[in-house]
Amino acid sequence: MTLDAAAFLGRVTLNRVQILGRSGVFLFLAVYHAFVPPFRVHRLIREMEFIGSKSFLIVFVTSLFTGMVLALQGYHTLTQFGAQALLGSAVALSIIRELGPVLCALMVTGRAGSAMAAQIGIMKITDQFPALEMMAIDPVKYVISPKILAAILSLPLLTAFFDVVGIMGGYLVGVPLLGVNEGAYFGKMIAAVTFGDIYGGVIKSLIFGLLIAWISCFIGFSAEPTTEGVSRATTRAVVVTSVSILVVDYILTSVLL
Amino acid sequence: MIRVENLLKTYGKTVACNRLNCRFEERKVTVILGGSGSGKSTLLRQLTGLERPDSGSVLFDGLDLSRASRKKLFEKRKKMGMLFQGSALFNDMNVFENIAFPLREHTKLADSVIRNIVTMKLEMVGLRGTEGMMPSQLSGGMMKRVGLARAIVMDPRVIFYDEPTSGLDPISTGVIGKLIRDLNTKLGITSVVVSHDIASSFRMADKIIILFFGDIIAQGTVDEIQNSGDDRVRQFITGSPEGPIPFTRAEGNYLEDLLTDTGKTKGNRT
Repeated sequence: MTLDAAAFLGRVTLNRVQILGRSGVFLFLAVYHAFVPPFRVHRLIREMEFIGSKSFLIVFVTSLFTGMVLALQGYHTLTQFGAQALLGSAVALSIIRELGPVLCALMVTGRAGSAMAAQIGIMKITDQFPALEMMAIDPVKYVISPKILAAILSLPLLTAFFDVVGIMGGYLVGVPLLGVNEGAYFGKMIAAVTFGDIYGGVIKSLIFGLLIAWISCFIGFSAEPTTEGVSRATTRAVVVTSVSILVVDYILTSVLL
Repeated sequence: MIRVENLLKTYGKTVACNRLNCRFEERKVTVILGGSGSGKSTLLRQLTGLERPDSGSVLFDGLDLSRASRKKLFEKRKKMGMLFQGSALFNDMNVFENIAFPLREHTKLADSVIRNIVTMKLEMVGLRGTEGMMPSQLSGGMMKRVGLARAIVMDPRVIFYDEPTSGLDPISTGVIGKLIRDLNTKLGITSVVVSHDIASSFRMADKIIILFFGDIIAQGTVDEIQNSGDDRVRQFITGSPEGPIPFTRAEGNYLEDLLTDTGKTKGNRT
């Protein structure tokens, strides 16, 4: 009985380590191929359109309401100390440091991460990877590398957009609705936000971009070649990526602060 | 053209290819016949270098694919075409883009030249005019023909067919069979066909190899196979349920299985 349990534990551990190793090799190959010719710029642009520009609307709505609710909550807390004037800096700092990169990455995971895993899983079911192989084209280079590169490039841009819209959302609630002084809203914000905050947000979003594409693509790539396998991979991609983003966010914050 | 020597491939305890030796002659149609699980698809994956064997070698034009570097393998792949069982068309591209894809990737031909080549290949498979259609709009037989057009677009010397006629109606089966034969006689393309369809195989083959659970039990011309004295070969080509090839794959004692709960049915749900 104890021997069984030990064997089980060993098997599970080995299995996990193996998956980790395989995903590492997978990432290495994808990144390596991203920097080796021939380059397929049209593939990169297509992926950036899918991951980046098609996420604009959802990021816009999310950021607007995030900024608005932050202003509402922040105002009620700050008035207790008579510090409404700090609303601008409170909203801007929470968005630029944390909520911008994290929420943006979570939205892109839900939209593009699941789609990537599903697409790759379906390509696997329908033999499209061996078909590429038989045409002397490396499937990882053709399919995966552009996705990873596109996600790394798109996420900081989307996050910047998120930050701007979020701050404007906070402004809409804070200034016209709750009556905070406009000069104070922006003045305190400019005084409080340092370049380091913005820099930290960009670093985070770059790493989240890599995480989204890496995890989603790997899970899609290692999906069981059945309909059920692909549907499970799609769900797993979203869950694993989202959790990883939150965990990595904590680690990054502790390093960056 | 292709020579297989002592090829061994196992998956866990299953021996899919048991030290096989065979040859695929230039400009000939060779059909690999066998039932499900006979190892014929595994053999095809070793022949194309999609998988590497445990031991033994696959010599393609003098290059051992089982040990070749990826670069050299890709060099040889440009001389190979393959038609997959499910056609493996790229579902985000239309028919034209699918067929033009290898040309776009490997050549610097002008768009007008590519258009002409694609039109010619589509005419060969009798589907000119479908350029703008998406794979999802095509029937199974049409998908196979588009897949075939894509496989021949780089003018390969060898084409591999994985179950080219399975799941098709009799007329589509006939069309595909005739196309395989025509490509061989008109263009001199060497063909390797994996199939379990006896009738169409006999019509198109120059040589037949019969696999049975990882072993080659017969190889030769259509005549030689038809007149074979081997009981297993006879049973396979007549499709008889009675003979040396068992229908049942059951293990253990039947009575014991019925009377005791051996726990085999448990733990299958995930």
